[in-house]
Amino acid sequence: MITTLLYSMTGLLLFAMGFFTLIVHSHPLRKILAVNVMSTGVFLILVATAYKPLGMGQIDPVPHAMVLTGIVVSVSVTALALLLACRVQETSNLDLPGRKKQGRIPEESGQ
Amino acid sequence: MTSLQLTSPSWMIIPVILPLIAGLLSFLLNRGIFAIALTAALANLLAVSILTCQLLSYGPMRCHMGGWQPPLGITLRTDGPALLMLLMTAVTGLAITLYARGYFSYRILDPKRASQHQHQQRYFWPLWLLLLAGLNGLFLSSDIFNLYVTLELIAIAAASLAALSGKPASQLASFRYLLVNLLGSITFLLGVVFLYKSCRVLDLDLLHNVPMNKPGISAALALMSVGLLLKTALVPLHFWLPPAHANALAPVSIILSALVVKGSFYLLFRLWFEVFAQLITTPALNVMGTLGAVAILWGAIQAMRQHRLKLMIAYSTVSQLGYLFIAFPLARIDGSTQVWSIVIFMAMAHACAKSAMFMVAGTVFLHLGHDRINDLTGIRANLPITVLAYGIAGVSLMGLPPSGGFIAKWLLLSSALASSQWWWALVVIIGSLLAMTYVFRVMSRFFVIPEGYSSAKSTPPSPLLEWPALVLAMISLFLGLAASWPLYILSTGNPALAQVFSGGLP
Repeated sequence: MITTLLYSMTGLLLFAMGFFTLIVHSHPLRKILAVNVMSTGVFLILVATAYKPLGMGQIDPVPHAMVLTGIVVSVSVTALALLLACRVQETSNLDLPGRKKQGRIPEESGQ
Repeated sequence: MTSLQLTSPSWMIIPVILPLIAGLLSFLLNRGIFAIALTAALANLLAVSILTCQLLSYGPMRCHMGGWQPPLGITLRTDGPALLMLLMTAVTGLAITLYARGYFSYRILDPKRASQHQHQQRYFWPLWLLLLAGLNGLFLSSDIFNLYVTLELIAIAAASLAALSGKPASQLASFRYLLVNLLGSITFLLGVVFLYKSCRVLDLDLLHNVPMNKPGISAALALMSVGLLLKTALVPLHFWLPPAHANALAPVSIILSALVVKGSFYLLFRLWFEVFAQLITTPALNVMGTLGAVAILWGAIQAMRQHRLKLMIAYSTVSQLGYLFIAFPLARIDGSTQVWSIVIFMAMAHACAKSAMFMVAGTVFLHLGHDRINDLTGIRANLPITVLAYGIAGVSLMGLPPSGGFIAKWLLLSSALASSQWWWALVVIIGSLLAMTYVFRVMSRFFVIPEGYSSAKSTPPSPLLEWPALVLAMISLFLGLAASWPLYILSTGNPALAQVFSGGLP
């Protein structure tokens, strides 16, 4: 029980830290990393949920399946986010998100 | 819930698997991509119609994928609300497919940037089909982790679509869109984890029977709601929507505005009023209603202030989403499926009307090369069908009879008055007046013909650009005349819903 609690609390802490970074920092790379830390935190809680001490019955397989799926999703989403961040940096003379001109839409850039 | 249990494959998998396969094919092949997309959209509509017939004759159905029963296996299920959302997606999706064809063909005609436009079209089709598969999966799925996966699928496809136009502003908007969606998904996932810790089941029907007395379940509900509200762009979490929707290509704006936000809203609504109905309290419902009211007013005022047509329509989406939430506080008094009919009607009417409006904006942009509202004069002479579509869609957004929007607002007003919560009725009326203001502001520009203006100066656009918009606008209009038909589907075989409202809410 203590083990599960310890890992779950660590997971929650990671989630909170990631959330804080995502909100506070403006650099795209930091934001992407922050999202990754958040999802790692969630996965840690999931793995801790499945834990059973030795001799206390079988480990629950469902959270493990969920973590595996989650990791696949997280990898692909990270790839897309990194690509978009690169594109933002390459194509724009607008500044990166979070600095000046945030989210401003120039006239006639509609299409 | 008594529903027909199926272990063999059924029509239910078609709306998920078919767009997925078509999407992969259209990514791999070089020719005939439009034919694949059109076939997929038509077959999707056919499969959903067959599912509707099955629902009407057999009642709700559950299909266990691969023969695995829950709690281990993943279940797909159909019932009234799910099928109406599927029908909405299939009809709008077919129109979007046709419109996108016309849109890209028109743009490729421009010799200067033909290769860029061909490139955009090349990647539009696979992404759109994947998004369709994700949406259909969301409406059909009965497993809460599977729902998370479909949410991520939708987010990936939608963010890529939003970046398709290649303009710097759209890249930035799409990056923010992706981050916001990721934050929403991860928060939702944390909620799923809390739920699994407390209940040890993931199937929505099994969850419905679990006693809801553990604190973990309340935390799970709160986390999942916040995640979904972020994705649905309810005020004050709407900041990402207008730039992302307004800077995308026209077919993409339609998809994002008409379908994608409805997906996360539908999930939120089901969780609140079906799975966790025992946990919902009056203050929570009132908070949602208040946020909805703020969204209606704030979105409409912002829409009135915009100088660009697409931004105006995007803010109108923010405003219209508010109506969906204002139905929340009316749920507990009614004790019936009234709230379901309000919400589903509103969603369907808005999907059709908003798609038509964004199609009009896209056509106008192609025609004039800009969408500044003050310079939209003379359009009436060149694009009469498009202007007609705009007008009819506007009628539905304002909620004039006999449109679908009118029926939804009428139901909203009557249940607000019946439950003596007149202040919600007041917001609905003010919101409709504001909607009238911003719709007519553009309409009046359409009808001004400046002096010395010759209508013959440009070629008429292809019918694929004009007719899908008009047909969708007509559907949103006549939804009000055929109102009994969706309501019949909604109530078919839904004793569980009625039961939730009579006994479930405290």
